[in-house]
Amino acid sequence: MKTKHGFQKKLGQLVLDNSVPIMFIIICAVCIPLSGFSPSYLLNEVVTRMGRNTFLILCLLIPIIAGLGLNFAMTLGAMAGEIALILVSDWQIWGIPGVVLAMIVSIPISILLGLLCGKILNRAKGREMITSYFISFFMNGMYQLVVLYMMGPIIPIVHESIKLPRGYGIRNTVSLLNMRQSVDNLLAINIGGVKIPVLTFLLIALLCLFLIWFRRTKLGQDMRAVGQDMDVARDAGINVDRTRIVSVLISTVVAGFGMILYLQNMGNISTYSSHSQIGMFSIAALLVGGASVEKASIGNAFLGVILFHLMFIVAPSAGAQVTGDSMTGEYFRVFVSYGVIAIALVMYAAKKRRARSNAGQLLAEAQKQEENA
Amino acid sequence: MEHSATLDARKSVFAVMLQRFGLPRLIIAGFLLLLFIMAPFVGANLTVQIGNVINRFSWNAVLVLSLVPMIHSGCGLNFGVPLGIVAGLLGGTISIQLGFTGPMSFVMAIVLATPFAVLMGIGYGALLNRIKGGEMMITTYVGLSIISFMCMMWLLLPYSSPTMVYGLSGTGLRPTISLEGFYDKVLAGILPIPLTEDLSIPTGTLVFFALLAFLIWAFLHTKTGTAMTAVGSNPSFARASGINVNKMRLLSVVMSTWLAAIGILVYQQGFGFIQLYTAPNNLTLPTVAAILIGGASINKASIPNVIIGTILFQGIVTMTPTVLNSMIHMDMSEVIRIVVSNGMILYALTRKTEGLR
Repeated sequence: MKTKHGFQKKLGQLVLDNSVPIMFIIICAVCIPLSGFSPSYLLNEVVTRMGRNTFLILCLLIPIIAGLGLNFAMTLGAMAGEIALILVSDWQIWGIPGVVLAMIVSIPISILLGLLCGKILNRAKGREMITSYFISFFMNGMYQLVVLYMMGPIIPIVHESIKLPRGYGIRNTVSLLNMRQSVDNLLAINIGGVKIPVLTFLLIALLCLFLIWFRRTKLGQDMRAVGQDMDVARDAGINVDRTRIVSVLISTVVAGFGMILYLQNMGNISTYSSHSQIGMFSIAALLVGGASVEKASIGNAFLGVILFHLMFIVAPSAGAQVTGDSMTGEYFRVFVSYGVIAIALVMYAAKKRRARSNAGQLLAEAQKQEENA
Repeated sequence: MEHSATLDARKSVFAVMLQRFGLPRLIIAGFLLLLFIMAPFVGANLTVQIGNVINRFSWNAVLVLSLVPMIHSGCGLNFGVPLGIVAGLLGGTISIQLGFTGPMSFVMAIVLATPFAVLMGIGYGALLNRIKGGEMMITTYVGLSIISFMCMMWLLLPYSSPTMVYGLSGTGLRPTISLEGFYDKVLAGILPIPLTEDLSIPTGTLVFFALLAFLIWAFLHTKTGTAMTAVGSNPSFARASGINVNKMRLLSVVMSTWLAAIGILVYQQGFGFIQLYTAPNNLTLPTVAAILIGGASINKASIPNVIIGTILFQGIVTMTPTVLNSMIHMDMSEVIRIVVSNGMILYALTRKTEGLR
């Protein structure tokens, strides 16, 4: 009897811990039949989107280890990737060499932006997430300043096809037609009508291996210590500020690579909007996979990308089926993305507060015992 | 000797003033001053410019004022302004749907928005009481979620007034609804002081704002108001002196939400249109940035902060396009707006705020 009760409790805890993924499985299970898409179409889309987005989602893991929470400023890396791609496409270097060169060019920009972001976040300890959220907005303004006004007069842009007709600034879309899916198509295999971009998945696997290896290094251990308790880490002789900056830096560089992979799959850059939603979607996907603000694994990223994008594909047509208006579904998926982030943040804050009051109670009890003794 | 001592004192007074005023604020105020000085040289009519700034001030001031109660009770910057805005939008659209016109539609919009604002405020406040310390991030996402939720609702709710719904299908609200014949310029039209042919100082709106600002000021000096401030500046002390912290915070959230609802209605009557769907998103940042530019911090805000901040921010928003366009033939106003508003918020977030919990 007792064990059964215990089992039920355990099951309840399991459901509670994974409430977000379970909710999403239910949403997808309801929406998929409604949408009327064939399984092979869905599988194809999900595989494509996995190749496109997983790299970007994985970049969020390291700041979480370092206790910085969800790095909304991953957008900075995305911007670096976009600037690199714009430059490379102006230099007319296409295909795989273009992608590799863009990645190389993005590194210094990412490092610069990551350094700046890390420094600002160190001045806002305890409020990292909201600060990183506004860093991404602030840097979006700076990005526009560079791309819209400086590219042309200050940063040389040769080709008219990517310049605005007025002579400076970059057009709203930059075509990457000659680079389109060059990474995805190399080594791609076709299984029953489903194209699998093997090279992209290999790159993702490489990143996963790097993350696993990194956690075991001295720096990775330091980060975990900093993430658990900054004061204790400082007492242990860890340079807390530097460790935090490094974590943001790595995240930004990886986000830059991720954005380049994302855009080579898309085949064009929406110069002023590609990066604006990417942070929100990546974070929502990670949270959908069962991650929280303080704990996230590679598994969460993979589960998240599948569930989140499945919902993303089916929601508009399912919404159209139910309400007769495809916009409802579009709004629904945006609402769900925001809602998931909101719920995750609420759960995290409530848990943190409970832990704090528990700690206070324990302290009070300990003091009482001491007095009694 | 004595001379140098006074010089030192003066210097330190200046330094203290600078520190209190804050460097970004000084830069922004200086920038605005420069814009005003430049305006006549580039051929912009100064009277029109100042009139525009005053008008835009009158649209936005109540929204900015709505942040004050929550800052006072220690809930931080209310990035959940959209919640109040949604209540206001519901009030406005339902008032039109019920067939009210003219000034009556404005009164009814306020009356109808109130229960929504109070109910949402109570729910929102209860949520914020459970997550003390993480308010700002959560208010941001509560704001974003409610907007995208309402995006669906504007399509699905059974509105039918022909002035508001899509003509063809007869259902779903249009993104922009003209207020002509309803509460367009209902406050601004009271005793306007004409400046040019089509520009006047909206006395009515300014008086309405002054009234609300006075009420808030008076409230903050009542016993309850002082208790609210105490909760914000030192919650443990407040609890020790017998104040119900959660109740105070809840009250402040309800007040903020209600004021935001009134704020959007005042904005609409000045602007002349109701904007639905994702439009409320564009109001959050300017509102928060304005109060920060005015000298507020994450846990301190006053009525003068609201007034100064709104004038400075709206001044920059209105002046930069005209002045910069004629100066360098580039429209950089959008970029400047993004950099200024977000830069200001970042500045406030990265400052060491003492006594924050």
